[in-house]
Amino acid sequence: MDDFYKEYILDHYRNPRNFGHLDAPTATAEDLNPLCGDKIRFELLVDGDGVVSDVRFSGKGCAISQASASMLSETIKGEKLEDVARFSQDRVLENVGIGISPARMKCAMLGLKVVKSAALGEIARWPDEELSH
Amino acid sequence: MIAVRDPRAEALALDFPLLAQPTSRGKRLAYLDSAATSQKPQAVIDALVHYYTHDNANIHRGVYELAERATDAFEGARAKVARFVNAAEPAEIIWTRNTTEAINLVSFSWGLANLGPGDAILTTQLEHHSNLVPWQLLAAKTGAELRFIEVDARGCHVLDDLDEKLRGVKLLALSHVSNTLGTIAPLDLVIPKAHAAGAVVLVDAAQSLPHFAVDVRALDVDFLAGSGHKMCGPTGIGFLYGKRALLDAMPPFLTGGDMIREVGYEHTTFNELPWKFEAGTSNIADAVALGAAVDYLEHVGMDWIAAHERAITAYALERLQPFVARGLQIYGPESIERRSGVISFNFSDIHAHDLASILDTEGVCVRAGHHCTMPLMEKMGWPATARASFYLYTTERDIDQLALALEKAAQVFKVA
Repeated sequence: MDDFYKEYILDHYRNPRNFGHLDAPTATAEDLNPLCGDKIRFELLVDGDGVVSDVRFSGKGCAISQASASMLSETIKGEKLEDVARFSQDRVLENVGIGISPARMKCAMLGLKVVKSAALGEIARWPDEELSH
Repeated sequence: MIAVRDPRAEALALDFPLLAQPTSRGKRLAYLDSAATSQKPQAVIDALVHYYTHDNANIHRGVYELAERATDAFEGARAKVARFVNAAEPAEIIWTRNTTEAINLVSFSWGLANLGPGDAILTTQLEHHSNLVPWQLLAAKTGAELRFIEVDARGCHVLDDLDEKLRGVKLLALSHVSNTLGTIAPLDLVIPKAHAAGAVVLVDAAQSLPHFAVDVRALDVDFLAGSGHKMCGPTGIGFLYGKRALLDAMPPFLTGGDMIREVGYEHTTFNELPWKFEAGTSNIADAVALGAAVDYLEHVGMDWIAAHERAITAYALERLQPFVARGLQIYGPESIERRSGVISFNFSDIHAHDLASILDTEGVCVRAGHHCTMPLMEKMGWPATARASFYLYTTERDIDQLALALEKAAQVFKVA
């Protein structure tokens, strides 16, 4: 687990990308992880072709949730909204690059859950096979 | 440096087999989460095994020897708990699953029968959700008003306006010790005033019973709730103490078998105390094992435990002090006289969860988050804190290991 706290994770934690708010977002969602009090909000701007043209996120929480959200904000820019709605947890794990302990998966996946909720227009639920805890 | 290398604590730690278990990384285990649940001494584990191996039968109605033995063990454990808190009689101890269920019993039984519009419930801003949510619901159901004794920035009770706050209060419900900050409530000041104002007093003793002697009659508390698993006992067993006059007048909470005297198709008369409140087959084995936990605590000595924890807390505060200049913030009462063996903290800009993850890699178990006190965290402006909590088996070595692990966290997060 200590291996998780790589230079780039700490960089995203302390200097989050796309942090803040959009003037007129097309889609928004927010959620919290009641376990740790982490809170994340995503605001998306979707253009006429259904592509995410801009994104901001806000909130506070641990390095894992904040760095994951920051990296995710970079990943989804330029993606089609319908593809974002289908993002799997693997996309986040690819981003962070390092194994995450089961106890901290919820932290890592909070940003993804919020982004998918924004894209779907309803609360995203993981398929059964991903509900490991 | 205060010398607390107490050979007795090192020896007592050997009574707890789990503490000898290294982590998967091969680190020595420093268990600093006893406020969440205590570890169990071998004597308690043995009592559980003994009960199931030799004494198991259903209680109260069996006429055979085995059932009598099970009943004696079960009621014997009740008598031990009664003596432990200095209740007037064992019948004033009602078995519950835990503190939460004991509080809910009072809320549903006493509360619904005694509260109405125009009445008030007074609690504090420190409370665990278990001593807050039941009162929110009771207030909503009865039309009673819910009020709060405020706490200052160090988490100490503000009592300047207590007389005013107590006006119209029918129930004062407060924790003896804060699970988040370790604050010890000034019960000797508050309870007489509450009684003078005509209020009944419930004390959540989940965080005090394990750590120092609690005397319900000296405190003159009306209800007191406790959990076995925080005081060396098993999970799934707790209790409610109540003064007989109050309990006698209360309607049953859960209903069914064992709590009845006579049942007809249309009408039922209820059993006497304490069984009136114990519907269904009780958690017999865990109650018996909690009796063994009480024996263990009395053998160690509650006064020794209190003194040891005070010394360990003082040592920990001293060991943490050098980190303060590097951004460590320690919360809770400044005076060691006003705090129990609980230290909540944050370190630089490291989120409490990240801190706990890194400490875990060094074998140090601390809790991180809101500690089931979300309103308190919101009031204080802390998204989360890390919390180290101590017990009779906590040693100087555990604290030294915590300090070393904090140094590791500083390295990982590049805290200067």
